[in-house]
Amino acid sequence: MKTIEIRSLQHSWDSAQAPVLNVSAFDLVAGEHVFVHGPSGSGKSTFLSAIAGVIKVQHGAIRVVGSDVGAMVGRKCDRFRVDHLGIIFQVFNLLPWLSVLENTLLPCRFSARRRENAGPDPTASATRLLSSLGLDDPKIWNGPASALSVGQQQRVAAARALIGAPDVVLADEPTSALDEDTKERFVDLLLHECRASGASLVFVSHDRGLENRFDRSVDLRSLNDGGSND
Amino acid sequence: MINLCLKSLLNRTFIAGLTIFSIALSVALILGVERLRTQARAGFANSASGIDLIVAARGNDVQILLSTVFGVGSTGAGVNWESYEMLRATPKVAWAVPVMIGDNHRGYPVIGTSASYFDHFRHSGGQALAFESGAVFASPEGAVIGAEIAEKFGYEVGTQIINAHGAGSVAFHLHDEAPFTVSGILSPTGTAADRMVYVSLEGFDDLHKDATTMPVDPFSDLAQRDKAPVGEREHDAHDEGHEHDAHDEGHEHDAHDEGHDHDAHDEGHEHDAHDEGHEHDAHDEGHDHDAHDEGHEHDAHDEGHEHDAHDEGHDHDAHDEHHEHDGHAPASINAVYVGLTDRAGVLSVQRAVAEYREEALTAVLPNVALLQLWSITGTAESALRLMAAAVALAGVIGMLVMLSATLETRRREFAILRSVGATPISILGMIVVEAVLLLIAGIVLGYALLTAVTFVADPILSANLGLRLGHGMPTLREGLLIGVVFCSGVIASAVPAVRVYKMTLNDGLSMRL
Repeated sequence: MKTIEIRSLQHSWDSAQAPVLNVSAFDLVAGEHVFVHGPSGSGKSTFLSAIAGVIKVQHGAIRVVGSDVGAMVGRKCDRFRVDHLGIIFQVFNLLPWLSVLENTLLPCRFSARRRENAGPDPTASATRLLSSLGLDDPKIWNGPASALSVGQQQRVAAARALIGAPDVVLADEPTSALDEDTKERFVDLLLHECRASGASLVFVSHDRGLENRFDRSVDLRSLNDGGSND
Repeated sequence: MINLCLKSLLNRTFIAGLTIFSIALSVALILGVERLRTQARAGFANSASGIDLIVAARGNDVQILLSTVFGVGSTGAGVNWESYEMLRATPKVAWAVPVMIGDNHRGYPVIGTSASYFDHFRHSGGQALAFESGAVFASPEGAVIGAEIAEKFGYEVGTQIINAHGAGSVAFHLHDEAPFTVSGILSPTGTAADRMVYVSLEGFDDLHKDATTMPVDPFSDLAQRDKAPVGEREHDAHDEGHEHDAHDEGHEHDAHDEGHDHDAHDEGHEHDAHDEGHEHDAHDEGHDHDAHDEGHEHDAHDEGHEHDAHDEGHDHDAHDEHHEHDGHAPASINAVYVGLTDRAGVLSVQRAVAEYREEALTAVLPNVALLQLWSITGTAESALRLMAAAVALAGVIGMLVMLSATLETRRREFAILRSVGATPISILGMIVVEAVLLLIAGIVLGYALLTAVTFVADPILSANLGLRLGHGMPTLREGLLIGVVFCSGVIASAVPAVRVYKMTLNDGLSMRL
């Protein structure tokens, strides 16, 4: 089953200019972990935003677990996003005024599906996820998110993206603020947890040193040339 | 949602606290002004309610009202006693109470009137003047004082007070040769009645008759005046009165008895003459006999005065007679309070007064004049309300500034919330909920602040201005004001809320920071 299916996608911020995205086909099967790389400005974030349904593409179709996110609007799209996607940002993933545990549980707050998937006790799921991501100190769980190091924050973000078993995890350069050792450890933990929950992963980065850990690697530039990459 | 907003606000404790405080201040101010205004207005409108007409020499309605009911300023000319008699005889007139004004006691207006004033005068929507202690003046020297005066100067029944000629606390001439004795103290009314001294027509009149006689020794008067500031003099007199007592008990009078026989006592009148010049020692000697014999020190003392006074103009018997009728007849009075048998006839009586041929008179409808007066002072009231409204506006704008200014720095926060499923609408809602929380906290704090301030300021305000803010549950009007502040705040929060809505729609999940 394909979790992501993109056909003849074209998108430009300004109609006068060449499209930022021009993808004729892109597919991701369930449980697949794909590494998308490309230099800054190649449209990586736009690509992820399109998948998340945050930007509405001008042409083409983006289906996530069979639903066309491009056709969904407003509340429905937001609901769909939280139900099926987990998102990790580059930096500043956490609300500093919530505890680590509360940050992790945020998707359960907004999505009934994620809440149900997280089991009878979402908090237990959260602590289990945090522990397997190397954050097993209850003091950290209940402490403020702002007290964590950047590496720890990214791991909390990963736990949040994974809680309630979303179909796809979208990671937008989550390692760019981390040093080499932390970076590799983070990617390993993330991949391990995605595997454990069966989630697909779209990992966007400009750092090609990580690509061999993934099922496959895609260069956004060649993807964007209108060619297809499977 | 509320939980999230609360935590988000707590994250910005300092700025949220400042915002709450500014809202609290505006709420306290707008409610405080409202209370002051209502109290001032009530105190004002309640000042006279039992009077159907105030008749005075032809003049301005407001001026007549001010000078009589509020004791501010004076009426123009006087009203002849015959006119008063005429009014009493007019059909439909149930009662007429003469009023004399123009003196003050330490700046508080002195009203010369008859004892029936207290039967007819009404305040605060029909309440009669009640006596806290004592009773209506029974003699020309008696005085009834308002609650505020009693409280401020610590007067009690029996205290001797001295009135001064003219209005205002700068006394041109102290009527200290004719002190009054407090016979009664009125219960607080919250109106101008609290700030008045009431004496009998005769007592009032006597002051001015006495004033025509020169002190025997003008320099002693000056010396006395230097010794004590105006206004504290009756305390001196009072204290000296106590000294008399001590004196009596101290067996000194035996010595005096030996020194002065009753012939000497007769000469006591001359001593009284000295008294006007404050030769108290001489006075004491003259009086100890009386006091000793009659056992009533103060009365004796006062009687001594009156004898002097009456030697010059009054017949003593006549004085007693007048008093019983409550009808000492001065040649001229300042105003007459009139009550009608039928209030429907008020306009015809008013016209009759205006057409009275013997004298140019004006009959004022107190309520109409009060309205006129309020329309003048109403400008200040409006200014006050406008200012309070402006402060409330400033408080709400302060909240807007806080909410709007933090939006930029909170973009990240919103993007995160969006990424975990928050819709732009729920983020808009978050801003509104934050505004609601700030407003509620501000209003609660503001009300607490006002309650605390009134608790502290009430005694001071009521002592100095006769205003009582009162505390307790908010009135309907205050609730309405709070509601207005709250609603305007919520409505105003739509500005940052709509901004954040557009922002989150545009930003999506991107972190443009």
